[in-house]
Amino acid sequence: MSSPKANLEALPRSVQFVLALGAVALLAFPFVGTDFYTQMVTRMMILGIFAMSLDLLQGVTGLVSLGHAAYFGLAGYVLAFVTPQGEAVSLWWTLPAAVLASGLAALVIGFFVVRTHGIYFIMVTMAFAQMIFYLFFDNKALGGSDGLYINFKPDATVFDLENKRVFYYFTLACLAGVYAFLRRLLWSPFGRALAGIRVNEHRMRAMGFGTFGYKLTAFTLAGALAGLAGYLWGAQTGFVNPELMGFHMSAHAIMMVILGGMGNFAGAIVGAFTFEYVLHAVKDLPAIGAFNTGKHWQLWMGLFIVGVVVLAPRGLLGLVERFLNRKEGRDE
Amino acid sequence: MDFANLLIQILNSVQYGLLLFMLAAGLTLIFGIMGVVNLAHGSFYMLGAYLAYSLSGLFGSLTLAILGGAALSVLFGLLLERLLFRHFYQRDHLDQVLLTFGLIYIFEELRSMLWGDDVHGVPIPDFLSASIPLTDNLSYPVYRLFMSGVCIVLAIGLYLLISKTRLGMKIRAGAFNRDMTESLGINIKLIHAIVFAIGVALATVAGMVAAPISSVYPNMGSQVLIMCFVVVVIGGIGSVRGALIAALLVGLVDTFGKVLLPQVSGMLVYVLMAAVLLWKPEGLFKQ
Repeated sequence: MSSPKANLEALPRSVQFVLALGAVALLAFPFVGTDFYTQMVTRMMILGIFAMSLDLLQGVTGLVSLGHAAYFGLAGYVLAFVTPQGEAVSLWWTLPAAVLASGLAALVIGFFVVRTHGIYFIMVTMAFAQMIFYLFFDNKALGGSDGLYINFKPDATVFDLENKRVFYYFTLACLAGVYAFLRRLLWSPFGRALAGIRVNEHRMRAMGFGTFGYKLTAFTLAGALAGLAGYLWGAQTGFVNPELMGFHMSAHAIMMVILGGMGNFAGAIVGAFTFEYVLHAVKDLPAIGAFNTGKHWQLWMGLFIVGVVVLAPRGLLGLVERFLNRKEGRDE
Repeated sequence: MDFANLLIQILNSVQYGLLLFMLAAGLTLIFGIMGVVNLAHGSFYMLGAYLAYSLSGLFGSLTLAILGGAALSVLFGLLLERLLFRHFYQRDHLDQVLLTFGLIYIFEELRSMLWGDDVHGVPIPDFLSASIPLTDNLSYPVYRLFMSGVCIVLAIGLYLLISKTRLGMKIRAGAFNRDMTESLGINIKLIHAIVFAIGVALATVAGMVAAPISSVYPNMGSQVLIMCFVVVVIGGIGSVRGALIAALLVGLVDTFGKVLLPQVSGMLVYVLMAAVLLWKPEGLFKQ
């Protein structure tokens, strides 16, 4: 699907340096930012995990899923179901349970969808996600169109997630953990096989790789990691609704991965931060005379997305690299 | 279920299926011939419904509104193709998905600026507002039969256009081998523009015809878009015949699912899709 050149697997020094600066900024942020912004950055980091999980499919394996939000939302719902009205539940079993549930859903749906290719894959992942969306949307027992509240954050015994700063660092640790895991995976034989499938699946099969199993494993793993993000989202916002599994959420995730740059996971994080910030910014635009620019945020978001697709198909990290290389001299 | 009831359900499912076919045919043609995934296809349906609302108010007649709206939608399709889609035929599906997703936002917001966010109704024309009595207390509205009639006429027209005319021959040749067709001196860019405009017009007309019974509301395109995807996947991408059969099948399963198994009716169509994919991963009529 995507050509090998569109990916930036090995990160150049210049980009690594920018990323390291970003990591330091994230570590220090809760001490300088207000509560509002700390929560916003927490949300961005959660979306970063979500975007990375999709990048495993989209950037590494070349499978564009337009239904990835289903696994994200599902884990949030699992947390909502297991949290009683009046007390908190333990983090230590609910988190694995939610991740497992999402992974299992991805395994079952993956069994059907990874048989398909290209455009079929896009349409079928979207259709299955929509099926899960309507399952929750139509059934009052599952929360219906209003969704469910989660009154208490999970109880971690050794630290207190009700504290916004603690929650921030817990999310940051998850983000770093998932990033390290996926980077390691990318260069493992399994990750190389996935990259091989992206570049030429027929050749991989000719070489004796059972590509169905590889793709199904990747799909399941991506679903489970999306579940981790969804669990955190549910815990942070205290609220889940079918929109979390919706078509727009899935498309936003694709956008985040594209925006940052595919196939290296760092791009997915950068993309998630940028996308969420732009979304926040356009919703906050001031009114110009009688024309309320913030109310029409969908227009700006639409133009932004079209603009990125037309102008920066390799994403922001690709732009950074190109810009820095030009400054350093004629490297390319 | 007695006979009259059964008849009503069958007519309803055929009518829904034919409406889905109008949308799915455009989607599948645009993909099959130009290789473009168009998520904004549902927006054209919405546009049609709003055009029916405005134009029928302006002309005082739904028939005139449909004719005028169809002409406008062809112009709109040609413009959109020239300005945007033409540059994306050779791009990755991923880029196409994002481009058209961005367009959904843009169309949705333009709709909100032009028409506001209220729900509107479109009156059924007087000469179609009657009902045919079936039993003492059951009757079937003539307008629904009219809808099916319009869809059938357009479906036959599309079939004749593609399989019997010179233009249709060029369209099929272009889908089969673009470079060869072009080197034979056929203006493939023009063919693409025409096919795109046909697809847009079919979706818009579907929206206009459906407006009186579905009413006109924001975001009405997105649900129908997903159903169209299901239809296209079941039928086989690029196959108009497959789209017709799949649309009728989906109409049948959806309508009878709502009557017989209301608890899981929302999921039945997707179960059908999963079953077809297990059996034939490329759809029923892969070309």
